[in-house]
Amino acid sequence: MNTAVNIENIEKEIKELKQKRTSQLFLTWLRFKRNRLSMVGLSFVLVIIFIAIFAPLLTPYDPYDTNPFRRLENPSREHLLGTDELGRDLLTRLLYGSRIALQVGILIVLFEGFIGITLGLLAGYLGRWVDEIIMRLVDILRSFPVIILAMAIAGIMGQGLYNVVIAIGLVGWTTYARMVRGKILSIKESEFVEAAFSIGESTPSVILRYILPNVLPTAVIMICIMMPTALIASATLSFLGVGVQPPLPCWGSIAAAGRDYITRAPWISTSAGFFIMFTVLGFNFIGDGLRDAFDPTSKRN
Amino acid sequence: MTDILLETQGLKKYFNSPAGEVKAVDGVDLIIRQGQSFGLVGESGCGKSTLIRTILRLLEPTEGKVFFKGRDINSYRKNELLKLRKEMAMVFQDPHLSLNPRMTVFDTISRPLKIHGLARKKQELLVQIVELLHTMGMQAEHMVRFPHELSGGQKQRIGVARALAVEPDIIFLDEPTSALDVSVQTKILKLLEKARQERNLTFFFISHDINMIRVVADVMGVMYLGKIVEIGPKELLLSDPLHPYTQGLFQAVPEPDPDKIIQEVQLEGEVPSPINPPPGCNFNPRCPFVWDLCKEVEPMLKELEDERRVACHKY
Repeated sequence: MNTAVNIENIEKEIKELKQKRTSQLFLTWLRFKRNRLSMVGLSFVLVIIFIAIFAPLLTPYDPYDTNPFRRLENPSREHLLGTDELGRDLLTRLLYGSRIALQVGILIVLFEGFIGITLGLLAGYLGRWVDEIIMRLVDILRSFPVIILAMAIAGIMGQGLYNVVIAIGLVGWTTYARMVRGKILSIKESEFVEAAFSIGESTPSVILRYILPNVLPTAVIMICIMMPTALIASATLSFLGVGVQPPLPCWGSIAAAGRDYITRAPWISTSAGFFIMFTVLGFNFIGDGLRDAFDPTSKRN
Repeated sequence: MTDILLETQGLKKYFNSPAGEVKAVDGVDLIIRQGQSFGLVGESGCGKSTLIRTILRLLEPTEGKVFFKGRDINSYRKNELLKLRKEMAMVFQDPHLSLNPRMTVFDTISRPLKIHGLARKKQELLVQIVELLHTMGMQAEHMVRFPHELSGGQKQRIGVARALAVEPDIIFLDEPTSALDVSVQTKILKLLEKARQERNLTFFFISHDINMIRVVADVMGVMYLGKIVEIGPKELLLSDPLHPYTQGLFQAVPEPDPDKIIQEVQLEGEVPSPINPPPGCNFNPRCPFVWDLCKEVEPMLKELEDERRVACHKY
C-alpha cells in the first residue's frame, strides 16, 4: 500500500547517501581548515614542496658547481646567502636540499610505517606468542638511544641515502607498532566487534570492515606525526657524517660543514638549521591538526 | 504449555586467571519457552553476561549443553553456526560502543541482511532498512548518519534494528537500557514489547535493574555467583520470593508504598569471589537462615508447584 511512497523515498535516500558519503571526508577537511595552526603548517609544507619541484627554476646556479676563487663569500646580490667553503652558492644548495629532505623523510615514514603497522596489526590481533615476540623486539630496540643505534646501523651498512632510510626505519617502526597494537587491542575487545560476530560476520570481514577502518586514521596521523622525527633523525645523521654523502646537498651536512666557519660565516649553519626547522614545524602542525580533525568525537572548538 | 525453545543443561564457563579459575557460570539449567519474555536479574559480576554469551556461542562453554529447538548447538560447525546467528540475535548494553563508528546506519543494518542473504540488491536493502527504522520509530533519513551523529536512544534503536534485521527467534538483551536516560528507557522498552508481539519473538533480558525486569519479563530468574538460585513466573516471584537472596535483593529496591510491611532480610557482606566460592551453598556466608547443611551440600534447583524452581535447602 505504501510501497509507492517507499520507492520514491528510496530514490531520494540513495542520492542523499552519496552526498553524505563525500561530505564525511569534506567535514574532516573543514575541521582541519578551522585549525589555524594546521593551515600554517600546510602552507609551510606546500612552500617546501614547491621549492623541491621548481628548484632549478628558482636559482640560476648548479648546486654542485664549485668555484675555488669565490669561497665563503658574504651574502651579496649575486649570491643571496653567500657561498660555502667550496664556492658553491649556498641558497641553491639549500633549495636543492629540500628534495633530499622530502625524499628521505617520505621514504623513512613509508618504510617504518609499513613495518610498524604490519607488525602492530599482527601483534594486536593475533596476540599470544606473536605479540610476545614482536613487543619484546620493540622493547629491545627502544632500549637503545635511537640516534646511536641508527649510527651503528649506518656505520655497518655504509653511508648513502637508502642506508639512512633503513637505519632510521629499523628503529622508528617501534613507535608505529606500539600505537597500532594498542589501538587494535582496544578495538578487538569493543562491543561492536562482538556485535559483528553475533550477527555472523566472519573473521576476515571483521578485520576488514570493523577493525581496519578504525585503525586507519591512527595510522595516517602517526605517519604525519613521525615525519618531523624522521627529518630530524636524517639531518642528525648527516650532521654527524654518517648520513647522506657530502656532495649531495643535504641540510644536515650543510649545517655540519658550516660549523667550521661559524664565526666567519654564521649564516651557513643557521640558514640550514632554519630550513630544517621550517619543514619540521610545518609537518608538526599538520600532524596535530589531522589528529584533531580525524577524531569525530573531539569537541574542542 | 508452549514449546521449549532454548534449554541449557549444566552450562559452565570458567576463565583462567593468574589467581585461579574464575567460575563465571557454574552449572546453569534453564528452560526458555517460545514467546516468553525471560528476565534474569543479578548483581554485577554474577555471570549474567557470560551466560548469554556462552549460550550464543560468542564464548565456548567449558562444560554443559545448550539445546536450541531441540538441537545441541555446541556441536554446530561453521555453516550451522552461521544459521544459528540468524536465529539468535543480541542487543548490547552500551549503544555508544556497540555500533561501528565508521559505518553508517545503512551499513550497520545492511550487514546482517547481506550476510544471511535476506536482501541482495540495493533496492531490497533499502526497503527493508526503511521498514526496520520505522518499526523502531526512526526515519529513513537516519540511515545516512554515522553513530556519532545520533543520540544514545537512537543508537540503541539502531542496535535493536540490527538484531531484528535477521528475523531471529530469540533476542538476548544485555541491559539494553542501562546506558540511557530514564525517559528514553521507557520508549525503548515499549518499542521492544511491540516488536515482540508483532513478530512473535522470545526475549531473554539480563539486568541488575529489578524494576526494568519487572516491567518487561513474564518469567523471572535470579542469578547469584554463577548459579541460578530461583526461577518462576514474575508475579509469584515478586509477591512471594522464596530464596533468601531473592528476598534480600527485592528489599534493596525502595518500596513506594509506605503502608506495606517489609520483612527484614538484609543482605550483608560482599559477594564472595567466583575464583574460590564457599563450599556448599554459594550464598551461605550471607544467608540469615544458614544451617550446617548449607555449608556442606550444594542445593539443587528444586521443582515446586506453579512452575517455580528454587535452589535452597529450606524448601
